[in-house]
Amino acid sequence: MIVIEAILILLMLVAAVATSVFRDLISALVMCAAVSLLASLLFYLLDAPDVAMAEAAIGAGLTTAMFVVAVRKTKRYEE
Amino acid sequence: MQQVANYMYYAGGGGLILIGLYMVMAKTNLVKIILGLSFLDTGTHVLLVAIGYVRGRTAPIFSEGMAETTPVVDPVPQAMVLTAIVIGVGVLGLALALAIQVYRHYGTLDVRNIRGLKW
Amino acid sequence: MRKAVAFMLVVVVGAGFCAVLANIPFGEDKVNVANRYMRNGVRETGAANIVTSVVVAYRGFDTLGEVTVLFIVAVAVGAVLPPGKKPAGEEKEEASLIVRTGSKVLFPFIVLLGAYIFLHGHLTPGGGFQGGAVIASGFLLLYLAWPGQPVGRKAFSAVESLSGLAFVAVGILGIVYGVGFLGNFLPLGARNSLLSAGVIPIIYVAIGLKVGAELAGVVGHLMERE
Repeated sequence: MIVIEAILILLMLVAAVATSVFRDLISALVMCAAVSLLASLLFYLLDAPDVAMAEAAIGAGLTTAMFVVAVRKTKRYEE
Repeated sequence: MQQVANYMYYAGGGGLILIGLYMVMAKTNLVKIILGLSFLDTGTHVLLVAIGYVRGRTAPIFSEGMAETTPVVDPVPQAMVLTAIVIGVGVLGLALALAIQVYRHYGTLDVRNIRGLKW
Repeated sequence: MRKAVAFMLVVVVGAGFCAVLANIPFGEDKVNVANRYMRNGVRETGAANIVTSVVVAYRGFDTLGEVTVLFIVAVAVGAVLPPGKKPAGEEKEEASLIVRTGSKVLFPFIVLLGAYIFLHGHLTPGGGFQGGAVIASGFLLLYLAWPGQPVGRKAFSAVESLSGLAFVAVGILGIVYGVGFLGNFLPLGARNSLLSAGVIPIIYVAIGLKVGAELAGVVGHLMERE
């Protein structure tokens, strides 16, 4: 159990660093959605089902959609 | 091993906050800065819920058949984090609308070229 | 220069976190404020979900403030983005047949799931905010299938305003019945049944409709203004 939780936390941090490094903004947004998904899993493992549902519906769904719409109306690549 | 198991949730939440802080300070693209803002929010939420966790107890929902004296985890940080998640998405929506307007007005999203945002 | 200063600041803040978080033991019993909510929550409010009773009944005033913040965000997004004028060479790319048919089939079920989540907020995990977000995702699916045709935008403003008024009206009815603002004035009912927990289901229905209309309206605003 501790091993699963440690792997999930490590994956979340790796995805966050990947968001910072990627130049293509769409790839960075996909990594941001992955961070939200893993945070929702961590909320479930911490005995918080309400917060897990809210983070999954809002973080991985609506936030990513708003970012994609904003990137489409502006530039796609950094610099 | 026991030390790692004790503090890995704090490391996860704190690490996300630090990565978000770095992105807000060091990146020059406006959309990357707003992504860093979102990471600051998510990291704080993970940290809050992890502080409210108590080992050996269960989720704070008393379904059918559960006695009213079953020990549960702390429900107050979860209620605060629920409110904070929704406010975070509201702030993000307004920030993205402002970023779209900045792009239309200046033609670039680089904060070094936008007058009035020099560091 | 910028990256070096940012890195040093991150290291300093990280050291501060380590110094503070080492004194907070993980997983030990440190609840003092929440003891009262845990022991007497089900008996006083009648809701089986303690997080719901904390959000709506014990800390209802914070929820009112949060609903106000969401309303300000919806108004501000409409004010920041100018009224859209269609640029000349804009082609309207239609979504493919699979997306259009699939969204027509899925949309009623998504709205039904969202309504189920916020109606049973006091019995199962869920509540107004989660159900509203699910309903907004259903509307996002419709916007993706038919781009350029905002579905029901005027209805969103009407639903949002009426739900906010309903929330405040329930609070003022609490004053009228003498139990204080946002107090409970309906009978508590049997535990774990749908019509229980006093005013909590009514407040959550209002919050669910309001949050769903608001988030769908914000996403629609962002998508349509060219």
